[in-house]
Amino acid sequence: MLGRTIFIDPGRCIGCQACVSACRECDSHRGKSMIHLDYPDEGHSVASLPSVCMHCEDPVAPCAEVCPADAILITADGVVQQADATRCIGCANCVNACPFGIPKIDLDAKLQMKCNLCYDRTAYGLAPMCATVCPTGALFYGTLEELQAERPGVDVSTAFAFGPVTVHTGVAMVVPAEQRTSVPGGLPIIEVNGRPTPGNGAPA
Amino acid sequence: MSDRFDRVDPVIAPPGTRRFRDAGGLPADRWRADQTGERLVPTHCCFCGVQCGMYLRVNGAGQVFGVEPRNHDINRMRLCPKGINAYQQVNHPDRLTAPLLRRTRTEPFREVTWEEALSYTVSEIRRIQGEHGADSFGLLGGASLFSEKTYLVGKFARVALKTRHVDYNGRLCMVSAAGANKLAFGIDRAGNPFSDILQTDCLLIAGSNVGECFPVMTQYVWGARDRGAKLIVVDPRETAVARTADVHVALKSGTDSVFFNALLNVVIEDGLTDEAFIAAHTTGWAEVKQTVKAYPPSRAAEVCGIPESQVVQVARMFATAHRAMAWHARGIEHHTQGVENCLSVINLCAATGNLGEPGRGYGTITGQGNGQGGREHGQKSDLLPGGRSISNPEHRRQIAEIWGIEEAELPKAGTSMMEMVWQMQRREIRGLIGLCNNPFVSLPNYATVKDGYDTLEFHAQLDFFLSETAANAHVVFPVTTWAEDEGVMANAEARVVKHNKAQEPPPGVRTDTWVLCELARRLGVGEKFDFPGSRELFDELRLASAGTVNDYFGITYERLEQTGGIAWPCPTLEHPGTPRLFEGGKTYHPDGKVHLQTVEWHPPADPYSEEYPMTLTTGRTVAHFLSGNQTRRLGALVEQTPRPWVEVHPSHGFRNGDPVRVVTRRGSQVLPALVTEAIRADHVFVPYHWPYPVAANALTVDALDPRSKIPEYKVCAVRIERAASLDEVPAPPTPPGRTAYPEAQASRTDPLPPTSPQGRGTAERG
Repeated sequence: MLGRTIFIDPGRCIGCQACVSACRECDSHRGKSMIHLDYPDEGHSVASLPSVCMHCEDPVAPCAEVCPADAILITADGVVQQADATRCIGCANCVNACPFGIPKIDLDAKLQMKCNLCYDRTAYGLAPMCATVCPTGALFYGTLEELQAERPGVDVSTAFAFGPVTVHTGVAMVVPAEQRTSVPGGLPIIEVNGRPTPGNGAPA
Repeated sequence: MSDRFDRVDPVIAPPGTRRFRDAGGLPADRWRADQTGERLVPTHCCFCGVQCGMYLRVNGAGQVFGVEPRNHDINRMRLCPKGINAYQQVNHPDRLTAPLLRRTRTEPFREVTWEEALSYTVSEIRRIQGEHGADSFGLLGGASLFSEKTYLVGKFARVALKTRHVDYNGRLCMVSAAGANKLAFGIDRAGNPFSDILQTDCLLIAGSNVGECFPVMTQYVWGARDRGAKLIVVDPRETAVARTADVHVALKSGTDSVFFNALLNVVIEDGLTDEAFIAAHTTGWAEVKQTVKAYPPSRAAEVCGIPESQVVQVARMFATAHRAMAWHARGIEHHTQGVENCLSVINLCAATGNLGEPGRGYGTITGQGNGQGGREHGQKSDLLPGGRSISNPEHRRQIAEIWGIEEAELPKAGTSMMEMVWQMQRREIRGLIGLCNNPFVSLPNYATVKDGYDTLEFHAQLDFFLSETAANAHVVFPVTTWAEDEGVMANAEARVVKHNKAQEPPPGVRTDTWVLCELARRLGVGEKFDFPGSRELFDELRLASAGTVNDYFGITYERLEQTGGIAWPCPTLEHPGTPRLFEGGKTYHPDGKVHLQTVEWHPPADPYSEEYPMTLTTGRTVAHFLSGNQTRRLGALVEQTPRPWVEVHPSHGFRNGDPVRVVTRRGSQVLPALVTEAIRADHVFVPYHWPYPVAANALTVDALDPRSKIPEYKVCAVRIERAASLDEVPAPPTPPGRTAYPEAQASRTDPLPPTSPQGRGTAERG
């Protein structure tokens, strides 16, 4: 069961980069944005896709697993924090390990930085800045029930296949409507890298 | 999608560099977490007509230093990138803090005292009007001013300057829709609140790039989609919202009324009209019915360049929906038939009975923050406060009485903003005061505009940054931002909201109200301009609007602070306001009916030829606002969209980033190509926020709609050709008065093109 988390719905994204600007405004990132905006179909359509840290649960945070300095901490509620500045050596192992391409390295400061789910806000019951301001709801913060109450019929996936490995995440992705075909057991299917993957956080 | 190893790059500025703020924004030596004694001031965004609620973060020293989302009815915490970064202009290093003066344009500006700037201005007003009459001096206002100030601009022109030449930059925004609404409904505003969109079953959006121009409004569009509403988008470009539509009608720019007439033709042929509604609530139906016979789907297919089946499909989708709604913006309004285009949409809504209910209705989406309120209280050349006509003797008498002058002293109607420029060229207007506008970037046909302004004997401009237009003036008065004063604005729903003062203005800066009242005092009419602040102005505005259609009498600052805003008309202190018009089919004409108007299409003003075979259309990007005088100085927004480009279809053989020369009958310029299938092959698109030599408005035509006098920004004839090299692509000029930041300069002079159509060149991709 998903708790309060971010749900990403690329179908609603208008590419405005309000999330990017808002992330810069978040006190914990002090003027630096941790969000990527990708354009998956450049030249053909204006489609865009916001990428935040997916807060991987299984395997637990590949970025943290490979960190030789034990700089990346994971809280009890599953939030993968940005690197501890007093420990990080800027080696970029985490960048190479992340299947979603999220962490950034500040080369001069030799410091990794990434989305920490606005821990300074969520710890006080506020939504992360990106999901708070997103004008379209492409980034939504709340529970699955709250999302489904607002968007009837929506399905989400927290399982993503990368070759032979399936990664289960704490942040969920909305399954595109055309891929919401039921399979035995009633689970929706999302295709990642050409491989069908069951959604709703169910095991692969 | 980018390779993940792209991420290992120095996009994060090293400590101390503070790249985004160095490019304009907060001083580099401060960050919000260092601020103490923070308080939040509830207010609204200064930019577009959505008017999102926000908190400005103010530190213990009383300075604005950040923004926090606000759960206001309109935006429910949402903000777009412009709104998030808006606060950075309040304490921006480019702020003007002393009056500037020069007696000829060949001299450099020198900082002078307020006394010298004011007395020189008054002496020039007296000299020019003494030699050439009162009408030789003009006043141009703006639709980002608070309504109180727009009221003051109209009163100052008529009572202090005694000139008929006053107009405002809302003339470039929403006047076509306003004209159509007035003709059809007898009232000049959108019919429904945004929240009604959530109830519709079929939403038609025409000529509006909602995703980029009104991003926060998208939540209502997606909200309707969540309920299963059908979405129809009419636009030559596949915008972010069009991408997800059930039907995207990619028609040729300038053919909208053919399309809407053809929709009505199909609706009539299929027997899908709401005859009961038409009979009870409309006039002129027989003539409209007759006119649209000449617009079968086959004609629309031919003229608009779209499949005939699409016309039939859209007509049936709209007419058979239980509740249908149409919203439009500048895409159908910036035309020489802008009023007619809007009327053709109204005809469709009325004929299908879609008016005056949640989910059923009609709306226009205001571009500027106060595009709605900006024209309601006398800033427009033909209007007096309360939307009264300056040509109506009774209306003139009422306002003359409130202003304490004789009716005969009130000047007659003046001309529109573009016509005033032509009058400057003819030396009929020799002196001008401008505030809250930047015509050097925002008016069409730049060469004509520059010529007109260069001909002026005296030009004063009020602004908080040195705009391209202010840089051409003789006197520049430094005035406040929206965060340093209080006042009301009416958003696209005609919901009046209150902006609150968050900080004291910097030393040397005065409010626009103070400047105009002081000028009036020196012109000898000070007793009629005794307005210490916005509250006194608002109280006079309320009185001046009482009893009109645009009735603000029941709206007070206190009520606005206790509510999420009040929609006018609001005639009494107990009245709840009027969020939704036309309930029960009743309009504001004396007979209470919708006056349907016939619409005949005519081609755009700038004819196509062998030399100019294609269509140029212009518009906004999400990161910038209007002339960019504000947003082109904010680092995050400059990095998001550093330069203009020309959007071309792949069929022309260009590759992304190729230098393309765009040529119209007014001029040419070289821009980097952004090659995308998201635009019609016979169209090119250039965003208009930048000044000459990369100004879209150096290319556009200054033809006007004969009724609304709005320029035809959205269509002119063009040809494109390959330029020799990227060296021919000029860098966007640095904004006038720019504080020098080496890194910021470098990011703007880079000749590389944008990398993606939506979002258009991001900081992430350098």
